[in-house]
Amino acid sequence: MKRALSALLLAATAACAQGRAAPASQPANQPSPAPRLPADPYPSTYRPFPSTPTLIRGGTVMTAAGEVIPNGQVLLVDGRIAAVGATVTAPANATVIDATGKWVTPGIIDTHSHLGVYASPGVEAHSDGNEATSPNTAEVWAEHSVWPHDPGFVRALEGGITTLQILPGSANLFGGRSVVLRNVPSRTAQGMKFPGARYGLKMACGENPKRVYGNRGGPATRMGNMAGFRAAWIRATEYRARWDRWEEGGRAAKDMPTRDLELETLAGVLRGDILVHNHCYRGDEMAQMIDLAREFGYRIRSFHHAVEAYKVRDLMARDSISGSLWADWWGFKMEALDGTNSNIALVHQAGARAIVHSDDAGGIQRLNQEAAKAVLAGRQAGIQISDNEALRWITANPAWALGLQDETGTLEAGKRADVVIWSHHPLSVYARADRVFIDGALLYDRNDPRRQPRADFEVGILPGEVR
Amino acid sequence: MKTMSWLAAAVAALAAAPLPAQTIAIEGGRVHTMTGAPIEGGTVLIRNGTIVAVGRDVAVPAGAIRIDARGKQVTPGLFESSTRIGLSEVGAVEGTNDYTMREDDRITAAFNVADGLNPRSIVIPVTRVAGVTTAVAAPGGSFVKGQGVIIDLAGNDGPEMIVRSPVAMFASLGETAEQVGGGARAGATMRLRELLEDARAYARNRAAYERGETREYATSRLDLEALQPVLRGELPMVIEAHRASDIRGALRIANEYGLRMILEGGTEAWMVAGDLARARVPVLVKVLGNLPDNFERLGARYDNAALLQRAGVQVAITTGDTHNARNIKQEAGNAVAYGLPWDEALKAITLYPAQIWGVADRYGSLAPGKVANVVVWGGDPLELLTPVEAVFIRGTQIPMVSRETQLRDRYMRLDETRSYRN
Repeated sequence: MKRALSALLLAATAACAQGRAAPASQPANQPSPAPRLPADPYPSTYRPFPSTPTLIRGGTVMTAAGEVIPNGQVLLVDGRIAAVGATVTAPANATVIDATGKWVTPGIIDTHSHLGVYASPGVEAHSDGNEATSPNTAEVWAEHSVWPHDPGFVRALEGGITTLQILPGSANLFGGRSVVLRNVPSRTAQGMKFPGARYGLKMACGENPKRVYGNRGGPATRMGNMAGFRAAWIRATEYRARWDRWEEGGRAAKDMPTRDLELETLAGVLRGDILVHNHCYRGDEMAQMIDLAREFGYRIRSFHHAVEAYKVRDLMARDSISGSLWADWWGFKMEALDGTNSNIALVHQAGARAIVHSDDAGGIQRLNQEAAKAVLAGRQAGIQISDNEALRWITANPAWALGLQDETGTLEAGKRADVVIWSHHPLSVYARADRVFIDGALLYDRNDPRRQPRADFEVGILPGEVR
Repeated sequence: MKTMSWLAAAVAALAAAPLPAQTIAIEGGRVHTMTGAPIEGGTVLIRNGTIVAVGRDVAVPAGAIRIDARGKQVTPGLFESSTRIGLSEVGAVEGTNDYTMREDDRITAAFNVADGLNPRSIVIPVTRVAGVTTAVAAPGGSFVKGQGVIIDLAGNDGPEMIVRSPVAMFASLGETAEQVGGGARAGATMRLRELLEDARAYARNRAAYERGETREYATSRLDLEALQPVLRGELPMVIEAHRASDIRGALRIANEYGLRMILEGGTEAWMVAGDLARARVPVLVKVLGNLPDNFERLGARYDNAALLQRAGVQVAITTGDTHNARNIKQEAGNAVAYGLPWDEALKAITLYPAQIWGVADRYGSLAPGKVANVVVWGGDPLELLTPVEAVFIRGTQIPMVSRETQLRDRYMRLDETRSYRN
């Protein structure tokens, strides 16, 4: 009932917005025009913060596109990277930032965050990340839980994070839709939504779904998990076909299939519009998930956590599946027992896209450090990893996993001007983000208190104290 | 079957047998003794598990095993002050967790983790190849949790690993202890005072207690006994507290009962740094926490350690982690990034924990007479890209192998024809 009502309301709103509201009266013998489904019912209202043309010069520029330019220059104009090189031509009115002795990289990107849906303080009332009421909740959207005032966003910005994907939790086989955010202060989740970013679908295999539902009607086993996935994809396949037939058959209003939020998301995956982000620890289970994707004709964009990715890294490379991984988390549960800190390096070596992800409000603040640990472990395993390659683990590769590889993730002309200036080499434990730009706007400056955003929650809560 | 166990016993006995007298010279490195300025091109001489000489002009006896540390840095083994190493194998597998009497909701002051230590824990090699040689294995729980021990991360059984047992009594105040106090902070402090009062009364009335002629005490005889060295100020009491007012409350109780208090966690300790310095209460700080995880950690910040140090409080840096206690140097490095002087950060993971836990006569520095826990680093020990070159625990060089490296090596090649792996 509630579902039907909101669908109706949405349809009406979108129709008005697009000026397609059906006329009140229709000739009786004419088929009524099909109501338009809202393609983007919760649209991004993000607008880049004001910026001036900015020239960053003197620093070591690590583009993450292959180049490391000592004493390089990066020019930001109108929110985009205008030029990168040893010397670039800057307009006379450009703000010049001297980055001598510092390092310049693309903004850091995290494919796996729960900021806003498991906000700080982590009280029960903030537990909005797992709709653990049914093993399939593909119908929920993370953006409807995101609290934009989570102090974690601000802290992540201080760690150089410019783009992040907020995922539902992993209690369910299908956890729901993710949302990709620009890491900017905003009153609303819509104000943070990355314009044009595709949705993701969170799937989870292994221990979590069977633990949560084992005594609540199942699934209770890994084979039960697989059966749950397959049954859902069968329904999604039928649902998609139903809508395709309707689209091809003249879109008569009276024949319009009933909308189903859950199946809409799954059908979005089958159509290739929504990217699959699959929480999965064990190698053998990832192989099952790869076969599952083949059975139903969709692709997995990234395996998340994937503590055993190193065991199936060739399969991931073959199917262009990235690995969103920790540098060294292991041992906290049975399916995380076979961890090795060489995981990221081994996945990288096999030719699959390796990504350092956080899944943690602390870890997201230092993905550069986590990458450094993975580099060392790789080198100790005899795998050579350049600084540029390591940087790609936290920039270009996560951008690809989010389908944003043409928008952000490297310092290349034309891309969004998401830039971090670091105090030290970004793989150093002493490195701190001095300045962070998002779409060319200076969102954070370590040396300027006026450029240090604070979350609502922090205001007045420590009287007389400064951070 | 009989043969099998005989064999296993023989292997174990062999492994446990004292090592032949061994002399090792770690030569030419930058030696961070922790008691003075670093020695450039110094030698650390180890004999039979003990450091016998440290300096630039140390005569290396013939027959010594020589470790070339030129261009490298040499430090004491890192000392992690807050772990469950040896007490927790797989977090979510209950049978492998022995750090708390979770089925027992009473005060568990008498619970000493020592008998449950697992010397074969796979966490131990993973941790020590990262340069951590010594750790406090502490009990979990929510109020008066019990007694922890110091262990060296080598050895074939618990008693052999133990450096000191018990090393302290562990307790919590604030949100974690609220339940004991019926849901109120002051309820928890009331229970703690009651417990200490009863332990005092018990000590005065032991004979009457045995005759059953005393009033009822708040906890069992074993707990009351276990608290005696705490009340005598012989055994420190580690109190975990985070909110500034809870820390002050803990200091008041410590003062009332003459406890030797160590503060654990201390998220808002920087706000009461002066009180801690005056009371000479050291703090075990987890550096990497800057979010208001809950309402008792609103003041969380990365420079807690730096601010405490500046105020004259002794700080030991800890991960508070078990499987990733190896990341202690990352914690220390971040403390430096947020204002703690580099040499203080290194001391906070070597010398200061040894002092706080009362074993600085044997641990935490490189000097004659100290236990030979030594690490050779490829560069700055706090940097993330610095490899550990060699680790010595009690004078024995540790193989740089863990289950982690073994799994890695097992999967270096993936050809199906090689999937039969032995």
